[in-house]
Amino acid sequence: MDDKIVTQGLNAYFGDVHAIKGIDIHIPSNAITAIIGPSGCGKSTLIRCMNRMHEVMRGARVTGKVLLDGQDIYSSQMDPVLVRTKVGMVFQKPNPFPTMSIYDNVVAGMRLNGERNWRKLDAVVERSLKLAALWDEVKHQLDASGVSISGGQQQRLCIARALAVEPEALLLDEPCSALDPIATAKIEDLLFDLKDKYTIVIVTHNMQQAARVADFTAFMYLGELVEFGVTKKVFENPDKELTEKYITGRFG
Amino acid sequence: MNTYEYRKLKNTLASGLALACVILALIPLIYILAEVVMKGAPAMSWEFLTRRTTGTGEPGEGIGNAIFGTLLLVFYAALIGLPIGILTGIYVSEYGNNKLGTIVRFFNDVLANFPSIVVGLLAYALVVAYLNVGFSLIAGSVALAIIMIPIVANTTEEALRMVPNSLREGALALGVPRWRTVLKVMLANGRAGIVTGALLAVARVSGETAPLLLTAFYSSYWSLSPTEPIASLPLTIFRNFNSPSEVLLQQAWGAALVLILLVLTLNIGVRLLMKSKAKKSKAVKMKWMTRLSRKA
Repeated sequence: MDDKIVTQGLNAYFGDVHAIKGIDIHIPSNAITAIIGPSGCGKSTLIRCMNRMHEVMRGARVTGKVLLDGQDIYSSQMDPVLVRTKVGMVFQKPNPFPTMSIYDNVVAGMRLNGERNWRKLDAVVERSLKLAALWDEVKHQLDASGVSISGGQQQRLCIARALAVEPEALLLDEPCSALDPIATAKIEDLLFDLKDKYTIVIVTHNMQQAARVADFTAFMYLGELVEFGVTKKVFENPDKELTEKYITGRFG
Repeated sequence: MNTYEYRKLKNTLASGLALACVILALIPLIYILAEVVMKGAPAMSWEFLTRRTTGTGEPGEGIGNAIFGTLLLVFYAALIGLPIGILTGIYVSEYGNNKLGTIVRFFNDVLANFPSIVVGLLAYALVVAYLNVGFSLIAGSVALAIIMIPIVANTTEEALRMVPNSLREGALALGVPRWRTVLKVMLANGRAGIVTGALLAVARVSGETAPLLLTAFYSSYWSLSPTEPIASLPLTIFRNFNSPSEVLLQQAWGAALVLILLVLTLNIGVRLLMKSKAKKSKAVKMKWMTRLSRKA
């Protein structure tokens, strides 16, 4: 299996805080990789480094390499905007644009980059909403505001929005932490369907969720990658004692 | 008295005090409004609103040229001041996380609290004297624009800061360039605040007197020329109050009433305009809505 995203000696900082300490991780193509670990261990920061969203924050900086299909996304020739179209992101809290309709939210990435052909846009809206398993629920209210639907629907709308720009990989930062179990199940089913086409990295606090959906699991602690491997192995027979303690809830 | 009753008493006292203060604050406002309406209303007539001032205090003259002059002054001031102010606000909020941003922010705050007469002096020195334009519409507009800029910049910055960071990140994560994110997402979500700030600034400068005294000066005639002196409502009020004539005094009250009404209509007008715009864009969206539901 190929590796879609590879980090080499990746360090990330917030001002003086060293949030990620020399991480080397290989994210396999067309699979779901879960990143677990206690709060503040750098999970979110790690995936934000993978589409150059980390540097958006004030005082944030990155050293080391992140290779996307073998190309360093931090090289000086690489346009961060292009990186972000290739590697999409879904955030913890659903964040549809409140001034836009459901339709406009889905094609926001295309329209904001100047696409005007409505035949094309219509097709993308339908395809993306179907991919995100939201089409049947909203097809009669596409002109409603993006924030008028339920939280779970909003989160799937954000996934549809991310898919509309046809990324190669999708990063999800605790996408279900604000959702109820039913909405969570829908998103998990969705991720399962999506992995044929996309490389998916999901940060989660919910270990059952990691066990359910992920092919591979990475365990992080205090900014370091403690263990990475096939999910079954990490959960049932981890190499490190720390991993076992965290997974079995005997921590600290 | 037990603690619960004591707390209830304290609560009643505190809210009573707050209410009393509100009323106290409202008294001068209502008093001024009533005074202006009572003394200004008798001056109202078609002639009063459309005829020019001759300054002789004879019955039948009006303040038409002053109304027109104020509108022109504010229009040109907004033309100069709003773009500069809004762009400054955008810069400070979106790109100003550096030394330059801090400096701009500091000078904005200083400028916002500058005595307007000093701004008038500056515009006088620059436009009237140095560029040798003389007392003129354009000098007045420059002075008013300088007063508008910090107000507009500060409210724009505030409005953009109120937009949740998650929306900015959402757009950036879609591969939308920074400048488009600012233009289409940040401005769209902060629009109400920015428009309010612009209105605030327009309302503030339409009543400015001191800087106009040094720049636009005064004229008894109708004028469109940017390089000629021009009449304005505040200066008409100022000038007429200094005269012994009863008629001119009444005209001053009338001009004050017109000025207040002008600011009020401007405010309400822009609000209505924004509402109808929102409806219109919804109507446009309905088109693709029907297009897609037909398919579905």
